[in-house]
Amino acid sequence: MSEVAHVNHDDHHDDHGHHHKETFITKYIFSQDHKMISKQYLITGLIMGFIGIAMSLLFRMQLAWPGESFGIFEAVLGKWAPDGVMDADIYLALVTIHGTLMVFFVLTQGLSGTFSNLLIPLQIGARDMASGFMNMVSYWMFFVSSVIMIISLFVEAGPAAAGWTIYPPLSALPMAQPGSGMGMTLWLVSMAIFIASSLLGSLNYIVTVINLRTKGMSMTRLPLTIWTFFVTAIIGVVSFPVLLSAALLLIMDRSFGTSFFLSDIFIQGEVLHYQGGSPVLYEHLFWFLGHPEVYIVILPAMGIVSEVMAVNARKPIFGYRAMIASVLAIAFLSTIVWGHHMFVSGMNPFLGSVFTFTTLLIAIPSAVKAFNWITTLWKGNLQLNPGMLFSIGMVSTFITGGLTGIILGDSTLDINVHDTYFVVAHFHLVMGISALYGMFAGIYHWFPKMFHGRMMNKNLGYVHFWITAVCSYGVFFPMHFVGMAGVPRRYYENTAFPMFDELTNVQVLMTVFAIIAGFAQLIFVYNFISSIFYGKKGPVNPWGANTLEWTTPQEHIHGNWPGEIPHVYRWAYDYSKTYENGEYIIAGQDFVPQNVPLQENEEELNH
Amino acid sequence: MTALLTLTVLVLVAIAIWQMTKIFELSQTKTEHDEIANDSDNKNNGYLLFAFLIFIYGITIFSFAKYYKMLLPEAASEHGADYDQLMWVSFAIIFFVQTITQALLHYFGYKYRGQKGKKALFFADNDRLEFIWTIIPVIVLAGLILWGLYTWTNIMDINEDDDPLIVELYAQQFNWTARYGGDDNVLGEANVRLIDIANANVLGLDESDPNAEDDIIVKELHLPVGRKVNFKMRSQDVLHSAYMPHFRAQMNCVPGMITQFSFTPTVTTEEMRLNPDVVDKVKRTNAIRAQKAAEGIPNNEPWEFDYVLLCNKICGKSHYNMQMKIIVETEEEFNKWLAEQKTFKETVMIDETEQAHNLEDDADIELSETASVE
Repeated sequence: MSEVAHVNHDDHHDDHGHHHKETFITKYIFSQDHKMISKQYLITGLIMGFIGIAMSLLFRMQLAWPGESFGIFEAVLGKWAPDGVMDADIYLALVTIHGTLMVFFVLTQGLSGTFSNLLIPLQIGARDMASGFMNMVSYWMFFVSSVIMIISLFVEAGPAAAGWTIYPPLSALPMAQPGSGMGMTLWLVSMAIFIASSLLGSLNYIVTVINLRTKGMSMTRLPLTIWTFFVTAIIGVVSFPVLLSAALLLIMDRSFGTSFFLSDIFIQGEVLHYQGGSPVLYEHLFWFLGHPEVYIVILPAMGIVSEVMAVNARKPIFGYRAMIASVLAIAFLSTIVWGHHMFVSGMNPFLGSVFTFTTLLIAIPSAVKAFNWITTLWKGNLQLNPGMLFSIGMVSTFITGGLTGIILGDSTLDINVHDTYFVVAHFHLVMGISALYGMFAGIYHWFPKMFHGRMMNKNLGYVHFWITAVCSYGVFFPMHFVGMAGVPRRYYENTAFPMFDELTNVQVLMTVFAIIAGFAQLIFVYNFISSIFYGKKGPVNPWGANTLEWTTPQEHIHGNWPGEIPHVYRWAYDYSKTYENGEYIIAGQDFVPQNVPLQENEEELNH
Repeated sequence: MTALLTLTVLVLVAIAIWQMTKIFELSQTKTEHDEIANDSDNKNNGYLLFAFLIFIYGITIFSFAKYYKMLLPEAASEHGADYDQLMWVSFAIIFFVQTITQALLHYFGYKYRGQKGKKALFFADNDRLEFIWTIIPVIVLAGLILWGLYTWTNIMDINEDDDPLIVELYAQQFNWTARYGGDDNVLGEANVRLIDIANANVLGLDESDPNAEDDIIVKELHLPVGRKVNFKMRSQDVLHSAYMPHFRAQMNCVPGMITQFSFTPTVTTEEMRLNPDVVDKVKRTNAIRAQKAAEGIPNNEPWEFDYVLLCNKICGKSHYNMQMKIIVETEEEFNKWLAEQKTFKETVMIDETEQAHNLEDDADIELSETASVE
């Protein structure tokens, strides 16, 4: 198959039955093919990630050298950085948009949108998604919401600046903050469209996984990637509508004078008419999505890591069923822990007790996952490809970041570290960096599947990984100490408090690491782009993996398999499986793809 | 120090890049499938994984050695001691688990690095192992949950026992105001709709409420040591959070509702200034400030330790500078200070001529408004 010249795109359409003429527009723009849509998600997500990370570098510079003048500030921020000194309002806007872009646009749709689209049909043995049209609409709504979010950066009074959680009344009242005018309106419109996009995508993923599995692909033979994408989609369907309701009610409060979240407000010399609403209600609605959201972000990364790790360890993932059980447990618990963001919000302290209980329970399935990953490495034959390194790195940051969750999930201990840099350090490690590592692992691993068998340069991949790994710890490990010293997050500068003076050095250290890490991503960008065009072609199944996507030809064809869809006879993890005499099941090959029937005398250990 | 660290990092990065290019050159000789890890990649990255483990331990030790002293001093409140103890135990557990799991993860990455022809062990399941690492977290977390909930319930049990001092913390963009109940220790009713800036009734106290008459409104929070303080928080505009890190205390201020927190200060400001950790911190800080002052950067006068109340919920442009000084003093000092403050009656309600004047003003405004409507 690999001999087919990849430039000649149209030839292969004659290979199978349901063929129709494709133009440039239907192939590359309004494509209904899941593989193309997945690439569209990936590239859009990466562009948003580039903007989000660049913003973080700007505000990290402000934190390390408060009030200092930088040419780059003036160049990028224009009137919001008079004489190169960053304005306090734009600082908050940068923080807000960085959070929004990274959480929703990069790690939700960029990660889950890319890999759910690419892998669900390929790994379950389906010709495409259940509804290709809905899939296309989902992507284009995501695109529109991205464009609106970007446009909001250029409005007169500045973009939304109330923090990515946009708590009212700050986000509701333009007189409280300039960013709460047009900027916030666009933010809300963008997010409403984003939610619709996410719902369409999720419904499609769920239906596809349930209905379109190939013959023999029982639920307990699914690769863990599919399990996590499936469960992620379910959490998304359960929780995103609640965010939509919060956004709609907030739009009503802002534009139509209702009082869902507002009451008793006196601002700029006058009393506003709002009466009877409660900002705490908004917090409940927001975090009812907001907490499951962090699992929407991390679960796909977990699935990718499980798969990439098993393939490269040349071993079955340890405790496959326990992994599924823990994903389900995490998914269930994730919807009943949102209150741990609100221990000191003024809600009844008894509720705080309940949420502490459920929150700390989540540590149990998480611990099981971490131990299972570690055991997967034990006595393996580890092929340390870049994807594998990112997977190991993900487990490392997930443990480091996850452990401090024990502090934050405990209502008592949360009192003094709530909303400090301790929280920032915790969630960046456990969901930000970990999910990014999962995403990178996936990109390095499935790049050949996305781009016609071309592979990314491994040496650039190694450089990218090691610099990123060192710098992530360099940024976020010392940050815990800043938080424990009592420094609140979202402070434009810490110079108003002499007790924080000696922590400026720590900020400088973190910023230096952040800048190096930021520039290291350019290595990835270069590698990614050049490999699309000039990457070396590898074998059809470069990593020796069992899953079905590697049985498809390198050239993308509509419908994925030129002939019949392969049948599945075994689970996805028969790596290094041997007969009793110690010989591999297939002589000279340490893996048995899922479409290979059970051999004679072979014992079926797992279904 | 920072310059040194920066240099170290740059040197390490340079070494990493140099090593990588070397690997790159070495791998050039291979022609087939060179983007897939070969034995030498596995070997190099296996060693690097081990080095990374040392790096993680290193940065942990470095951070503790250098930053531990910058953390908050011992708690200055009664429940703060319990808080610190629970924190300490949680951290001990975290570091134990962190040290072991990171070691296993990276050591396995190094030990089992791939080699051509090596056979991995087909090891898919082990119920006993999985049971062990499910049950251990269950037990440890059950302990932490019970202890945490016990402490939480105690802290959040806000009651009127032991004659607590009642203090209102009032938040607005971007400053704090405190209000004491006065002689009767009862706060008068208040609502933002009653705010009358012209008349200096900035907190919206109900002038017809007799409890409000002796209320004392101040811009500096004084607390008597050893007496329980019940805080009632209000906000007039957006969300704020009253964060008093030295007392391990925090509660959001929510427009439209009154939130509460309660603690008993145990260390006076004077005593805290003599705490050896605080003395050291002040010394270090003042060295930095002296240096900055010498460079001509303003607002770098020598610092004397004080407790502070910070805003810890994003509230707008000057969120980063929304603070109030807290002074914990002896009962006598506190009473003396309180007696010197003017009551609400003295500042707002009694001034008849002022009142009349304001009434005239109001009438004028009404007149002009009617005029403009017409």
